[in-house]
Amino acid sequence: MHTNNHYPQDQDFREALGGRYRTATIWQGLFLSALLIAIISLTALIYNVVDGAFGYVAFDYKKDPAEFTSTPLTELTQDELITILKDNLSSGAYKKLENEKPMQKRSQAELYTLFLERLVQLDTKETWSMTNSLMNSEKIKAEVAEKYPTANLEFRSWLTPQFLVTPMSSKAEFAGVRTAVLGSLWLVGIAILFSLPIGTGAAIYLQEYAPKNWFTGIIQTNINNLAGVPSIVYGMLGLAVFVRVMEPFTSGSMFGVTDSNGRTVLSAGLTMGILVLPLIIINAQEAIKAVPDSLRQAAYGVGATRWQAVWYHVLPNALPGILTGSILALSRALGETAPLIVVGASTFISLDPQGPFSKFTALPIQIYQWTTRAQSEFHAIAASAIVVLLVLLLTLNATAVLLRNRFQRRW
Amino acid sequence: MENKYAIESNNLSIHYGSYTAVKDVSVKIQPQKITAIIGPSGCGKSTLLRALNRMNDFVPGCHVTGELLLQGQNLYGNQIDPVEVRRKIGMVFQKPNPFPKSIYENIAWGARINGFKGKMDELVEQSLRSAALWDEVKDKLQESAYALSGGQQQRLCIARTIAIQPEIILMDEPASALDPISTLRIEELMQELKKNYTIIIVTHNMQQAARASDFTAMMMIDDNRAGGVIEFDETKKIFTRPSDKRTEDYVTGRFG
Repeated sequence: MHTNNHYPQDQDFREALGGRYRTATIWQGLFLSALLIAIISLTALIYNVVDGAFGYVAFDYKKDPAEFTSTPLTELTQDELITILKDNLSSGAYKKLENEKPMQKRSQAELYTLFLERLVQLDTKETWSMTNSLMNSEKIKAEVAEKYPTANLEFRSWLTPQFLVTPMSSKAEFAGVRTAVLGSLWLVGIAILFSLPIGTGAAIYLQEYAPKNWFTGIIQTNINNLAGVPSIVYGMLGLAVFVRVMEPFTSGSMFGVTDSNGRTVLSAGLTMGILVLPLIIINAQEAIKAVPDSLRQAAYGVGATRWQAVWYHVLPNALPGILTGSILALSRALGETAPLIVVGASTFISLDPQGPFSKFTALPIQIYQWTTRAQSEFHAIAASAIVVLLVLLLTLNATAVLLRNRFQRRW
Repeated sequence: MENKYAIESNNLSIHYGSYTAVKDVSVKIQPQKITAIIGPSGCGKSTLLRALNRMNDFVPGCHVTGELLLQGQNLYGNQIDPVEVRRKIGMVFQKPNPFPKSIYENIAWGARINGFKGKMDELVEQSLRSAALWDEVKDKLQESAYALSGGQQQRLCIARTIAIQPEIILMDEPASALDPISTLRIEELMQELKKNYTIIIVTHNMQQAARASDFTAMMMIDDNRAGGVIEFDETKKIFTRPSDKRTEDYVTGRFG
């Protein structure tokens, strides 16, 4: 037994130990509640979005369908619809539609949409959210019967296959996200094609070649800071540089494209590319840093040049990490809205982007635009578009993760 | 002119910025012998070894003064390319560091980047045989090098070094991460290899130096924390009749 023992003994020790465990339990509880709060927030987000995308809709026809056909609406075939459209539309309007896409090539659903839009002129009176529709079904039915005696009430999903393949329309019932989805894909594609090689190259240079001195220190600090610059600032940069200064290139006039200005998907893609560049550089640097030095030394030890060590050993081992960075970049580029507004995304466009020099719109722009409308049916399609955006995001990320796992094959 | 020595240093000093890590080393290494570098931790053994094939070039702020002669040519001369130096003077590291590739590729890669034009399969087999590894791996050449045991990995690293046919092989505590049996196999392998190669080995293990080496360089740190070779002689003499008191203290275990 030590004469001068400063530690608590037996009973004292056990009591103190009990106190230590209590503290640990409190902290564990706090961490758990943090996790629960996160889960609840995410669930609320998803619920909120889905809630808007389904629900009752009260609608009326401005003209009675019976004027056009005696067949029940749900049983109309493709040929019947073509005949009805041909008979009832003015020949000019019909020819215009035929020019856009031959009638025979349109699906039954597309033709039916045309029928509703052009002939019977579907008119949405009011919409209800999913929860409201399910909880107060009787009340809503009574309300509709009273307010709109001629209207039909239907529980519908605003998110339909038709919604995905239909371009923009001024009427919510006939609008779709096709143009916006394609625009977003073009945008993200251009951004990644631009920023991934440049970002990786910059990271390799900084990590493997650049001397460590005050100058590279400043560059490093600035890259880290750039990652936190508000996106609208990148929008201003994109407007000044890509839309204005580089207009001959970004509008395609250099390449003989005539009917265009600098507000193209190329300008926006490059702006997004610049925006995610710091993100990609930082992630690639971390990935390169994580490659063990022993591997470089092994390569140098058998007479490799710096380039050979980097190309054959450092880069393949850093690739999964670099791809992780590109996943983050992709998500960011897909969701950014502010720079697109500045660079000049179109808010109403129904033509698919044909190439890098096309005018474009993107999903976040489309969603933003729809949520600012007063009519509730636009809010419903905005919710559906958000679902589309989230699914698109998850799909792109999953692709990148799969790619990464392929490269991650360990020896 | 036939050189008597495999490699020779004259007042070789290694500096990190303004700090001198190794000072005034002048040794003459005999060809086809094993030379051990021993000394307490931090005396610059590994630094000196890495200076011999210009591995220190990658350390920021490191520069070398003095002369290092390989066949009369100063390896730190202006016209010398460090890549060429490393091709002639191979290196085996403390921790086995095979490439994350197949066993075959581990050996073939170094040969390929150095422009080897012969039959690769033969080179791989020959190198693995020289490293006493062939029988253990001949049926799994396409498997991962990481699936091998630590000792096998280290012999693979030796095979990889032999494959580029260097003149000198540097070994930086090659057995320190291995069990006694694997250590013994590496030592036996060194005896085999010295028929064709000059070997310089850094070791912490006094018995290993006594058992395996022909010559020993004793390094010690001075008052300015700069390491230096205080005695260089035949191993037998270093371990039985050292001329420096500090060497005697160290090898008898009274110090260090």
